[in-house]
Amino acid sequence: MGILDFLKRKPEPTATVARERLRIIVAQERSTRGAPDYLPMMRNELLEVIKKYVHVDIEAININLERDSGHEILELSVTLPDGKSAGKAGSEAKTG
Amino acid sequence: MTAEIIVVTSGKGGVGKTTTSASLATGLAMAGKKVAVIDFDVGLRNLDLIMGCERRVVYDFINVVHGEATLKQSLIKDKRHDNLYVLAASQTRDKDALTQEGVEKVLDGLSEDGFDYVVCDSPAGIEKGAHLAMYFADHAVVVVNPEVSSVRDSDRILGLLASKTRRAERGEGAITQHLLLTRYNPARVAIGEMLSVKDVEEILGINVVGVIPESENVLTASNNGIPVIVDANSLAGQAYSDTVARILGEERPLRFIDVPKKGFLQRVFGG
Ligand SMILES: Nc1ncnc2c1ncn2[C@@H]1O[C@H](COP(=O)(O)OP(=O)(O)OP(=O)(O)O)[C@@H](O)[C@H]1O
Ligand SMILES: [Mg+2]
Repeated sequence: MGILDFLKRKPEPTATVARERLRIIVAQERSTRGAPDYLPMMRNELLEVIKKYVHVDIEAININLERDSGHEILELSVTLPDGKSAGKAGSEAKTG
Repeated sequence: MTAEIIVVTSGKGGVGKTTTSASLATGLAMAGKKVAVIDFDVGLRNLDLIMGCERRVVYDFINVVHGEATLKQSLIKDKRHDNLYVLAASQTRDKDALTQEGVEKVLDGLSEDGFDYVVCDSPAGIEKGAHLAMYFADHAVVVVNPEVSSVRDSDRILGLLASKTRRAERGEGAITQHLLLTRYNPARVAIGEMLSVKDVEEILGINVVGVIPESENVLTASNNGIPVIVDANSLAGQAYSDTVARILGEERPLRFIDVPKKGFLQRVFGG
């Protein structure tokens, strides 16, 4: 990286940071709206289990509740850290 | 004839609900409608100050609910507009003083008295007071500031409006939701320091009914006890006028959302 690039590089505008954070949290809260109260606790316990095998942060665990006509699907996705994936798992493991 | 009930709500506190309720009610009255504006913030009466009628409060909302006074005795007539009335909040600390039946009785009474609109100024939060303020509403004005916690809270409120109102419970069709972005600062948006109108619309998935700029005139107006919409020279007042017109079905372009272009003299002489 040349010195010019370094000088030209601006920090990301804080409004952009705010927008991205809101996108994620609003989507998550919408999808779990009206969902059972135990979800956050369950997320925490799952984190403990996952941590036995691979080091991830609570932010890496995403919970989604999808409502179809008649049934609900609880979708969990865990984003594993780069390069340090456990065994043969890819960068993302999903359970439905 | 039944009155149209409009709740002004937000979730987060201090975002401009009371400022908006006062200007909305006054704007509707200026458009010739018969309007009552009710302060639902039990224990924290404030609307009376913003409307400039604080010294004329004799009976309040709870007095009517408890049958200690009639609606007629409790409604405070506005000094400037003949068809505008204020119903003050009670200063009681008993939050349970307000009941669903009580609120319904007051709203029905206002309908019988020929009111066209009832504006309900909700307290902050999502507790009982906020719930009662929105329960009977036909329309909602969700006040939001371009700031992360306010945007998130307004999404919660939009969810509650879609499910926890009488209309929703009875399957009478969703209540009309209007998103009102207030305390907007175009200069900070331009340099990436503040969420833009588009950002907020995209995150919440709903278009704004108006954008009220951050304005010194709002404080001046509250100092004087005159709703800012009455100040036709102020940008905030004009933005509120546009908003009321849109709520009444008129189409008006958004104003005051861009940094004002420098005039000729400013360009020549700077500043
Ligand atoms: N467009 C604006 N420009 C500048 N100041 C504003 C604007 N709108 C509101 N304010 C100021 O923000 C403060 C809070 O406003 P207001 O009392 O209307 O909020 P609220 O949502 O009713 O608060 P609460 O949740 O406590 O009931 C007041 O000091 C008011 O003057
Ligand atoms: Mg208020």
